[in-house]
Amino acid sequence: MANLTLVQAINLALVQEMEADESVVLLGEDVGLNGGVFRVTEGLAQRFGDHRVQNTPLDESGILGAAVGLAIAGMKPVPEIQFEGFLGPAYDQIVNHAARFRNRTRGAITIPMTLRVPVGGGIHAPELHSDSPEAIYTHSPGLKIVMPCTPYDAKGLLISAIRDPDPVIFFEPKRVYRAYREEVPEDEYTIPIGQAKVVSEGDDLTVVTWGASVFQCLEALDGLPEDVSVELIDLRTIDPIDTDTIAASVEKTGRCVVVHEAPMTAGLGAEISARVQERCFLHLQAPVQRVTGFDTIMPYYKLELEYMPDANRIGKGIRECLAY
Amino acid sequence: MPKNTVYETDIEFLSILDEDAQFDESLGIEDGEPILSDEQVVYLYEQMWIGRQLDEIAFKLQRSGRMGTYPQNKGQEANAAGSGFAMKKGTDWVVPCYRENIAMNLHGLPYHYILLHWMGDERGNQIPEGVLCTPISVPIGTHMLHAAGIAWSFKLRGEKDRCAITYFGDGATSEGDFHGAMNFASTLSVPVVFYCQNNQWAISVPREQQMASPTVAQKAIAYEMPRIMVDGNDIFAVYKATRDARKYCVENQTPYFIEGVTYRLGDHTTADDARRYRSEEELQQWMAKDPLIRTRKYLESRDAWNDERQLELETHARKVVDEIVNEANSIAEPTTSEIFDSMFAEIDDDLRIQRDTMRTSSIGQNPEQAGLKAQTQNA
Ligand SMILES: Cc1ncc(C[n+]2csc(CCOP(=O)(O)OP(=O)(O)O)c2C)c(N)n1
Ligand SMILES: [Mg+2]
Repeated sequence: MANLTLVQAINLALVQEMEADESVVLLGEDVGLNGGVFRVTEGLAQRFGDHRVQNTPLDESGILGAAVGLAIAGMKPVPEIQFEGFLGPAYDQIVNHAARFRNRTRGAITIPMTLRVPVGGGIHAPELHSDSPEAIYTHSPGLKIVMPCTPYDAKGLLISAIRDPDPVIFFEPKRVYRAYREEVPEDEYTIPIGQAKVVSEGDDLTVVTWGASVFQCLEALDGLPEDVSVELIDLRTIDPIDTDTIAASVEKTGRCVVVHEAPMTAGLGAEISARVQERCFLHLQAPVQRVTGFDTIMPYYKLELEYMPDANRIGKGIRECLAY
Repeated sequence: MPKNTVYETDIEFLSILDEDAQFDESLGIEDGEPILSDEQVVYLYEQMWIGRQLDEIAFKLQRSGRMGTYPQNKGQEANAAGSGFAMKKGTDWVVPCYRENIAMNLHGLPYHYILLHWMGDERGNQIPEGVLCTPISVPIGTHMLHAAGIAWSFKLRGEKDRCAITYFGDGATSEGDFHGAMNFASTLSVPVVFYCQNNQWAISVPREQQMASPTVAQKAIAYEMPRIMVDGNDIFAVYKATRDARKYCVENQTPYFIEGVTYRLGDHTTADDARRYRSEEELQQWMAKDPLIRTRKYLESRDAWNDERQLELETHARKVVDEIVNEANSIAEPTTSEIFDSMFAEIDDDLRIQRDTMRTSSIGQNPEQAGLKAQTQNA
């Protein structure tokens, strides 16, 4: 066991998968000697050589397109995009190529690729360094979307992602990168893609969230009266979504609040809300509440904390839903 | 038929005031006078000095937690100053990246706007009326297309004496949109100066890993674009190249490509530590090529500068920058309604309700929703 930050846990998973499998290669802007702008790939170029930890030209479309080519030919590429705001130029390669190859070749060509991307706000970063675009890629069929928020989950899920035969987007909540440490086993272990985690059990209401918002929700739960018992679910994987865990919880509690940083409209809160009413209609005692970012451009950092759901706003959402 | 050479070309490199402050009279003198008068050089030297002072203070503000990430322009000032000065303020458009503070300022943007941008405040992008400058652009390599579009509008409206200039780094030329911009500008044949500040690095990625070509300028060949390389730390070469490029663009209604060979003397941004990837030796070599040092030497050689004036300038620059910082700091805290108000010319009901309640939860937005127990009204 080692006491690791999220950054270190991800780094450890990369080291172990690169050691275990020669076909795992990393590519991206500044991932080499510099170890990436968040130092997630620190030490890897020195350890595995530049050819397996490739600094690329400043071209996101190029990074993803080349990764697709590597994957077609039997490699297991792990491309990094520096910030979620720069996925734009790579969109075509992700959605129109990586996501489609298996289906359009009826399984003849597959893309075992793990795209790592720091995501989300709250670190006082410049424009386009704080967005939450996970719903865009969830809406695009053919991609698995993972967003762990603890060092332990990140290691296990990243190993699963790299071993997965299909393209996975692995979102890393940058606000949590160095926020705290926890015990992470040295040995390799996996956490299955598609399994949510019940962070705390409760009977009165279910909160569903993922990424850095998990910590905002925990803070909100701390602020609730003693006699209120809330079940908190960290999705960990966004696509495929673990509807069973959510439904089992809401059948028990009868109330559900979904929390996410991304804008509300057509966000994942809408999807989860739809699933809850499909599966738990007769158990529901209140409408599903969404506590999310607003339907606006993510503001620059002076106002970012007003935009992102914080413990106060989440707490209100929970109390209203309870009182309904 | 035998095999023939069907295309041959070359790329020129222009240097007038070299790193030892030697002035090439054959290139730098026109009609018996230097292409920039002493007063003009003094003015540009002062602008470069203020630009650098702004960098110093911005760095300190960031380190003391009063500003977010900031990219210093240090070492590259002659590119922005010389080219910005050569373009026509109020007529031409400036489409910058983030290492052209001086060009933006020369075209009328008060410096505190730039600070506000990096202080996490959109009002830093609220370009004042009449300033023909797009805001600092963060997604690398994508904004040059806007310059092509702006120049196209000149053509569509028959505005013959207008030109756009766009700035970008060496790394930016790897993006597909860079090539799109070059292709659009050259096929539509519109007046844009593409100014690449080749500072040798894109964060930690050196030029050789960024591109196989030894120059950036040769990328213009594929677009049949006239091109020139200049010593980007030489205010005369930058000025002359841009002045001539602008003239060429306007007269021929075509784009033009300039590669300014330069170096960033600071870290990539305040979030970076350049010692991780580049050598002290390389840095020292470029320190000696500092545009400020050689410009000062030139002025001194013409008796247009001395230690006393230097001291005055340093005091003046500190005062000017203090005022800029005060201006940026004295702006009122932004209100939460600003998150919403500029989303559209007129915002829709959903946005209005979100703005007025600062809530997305349906019950929170409308506590009177049927079935809500009375005691939650003040929840
Ligand atoms: C599309 C995009 N990808 C990645 C980044 C992150 N990033 C910011 S600056 C930079 C390097 C830019 O290098 P260059 O174009 O040479 O400009 P310089 O910073 O050297 O002036 C990178 C990779 C970004 N801002 N936008
Ligand atoms: Mg550069």
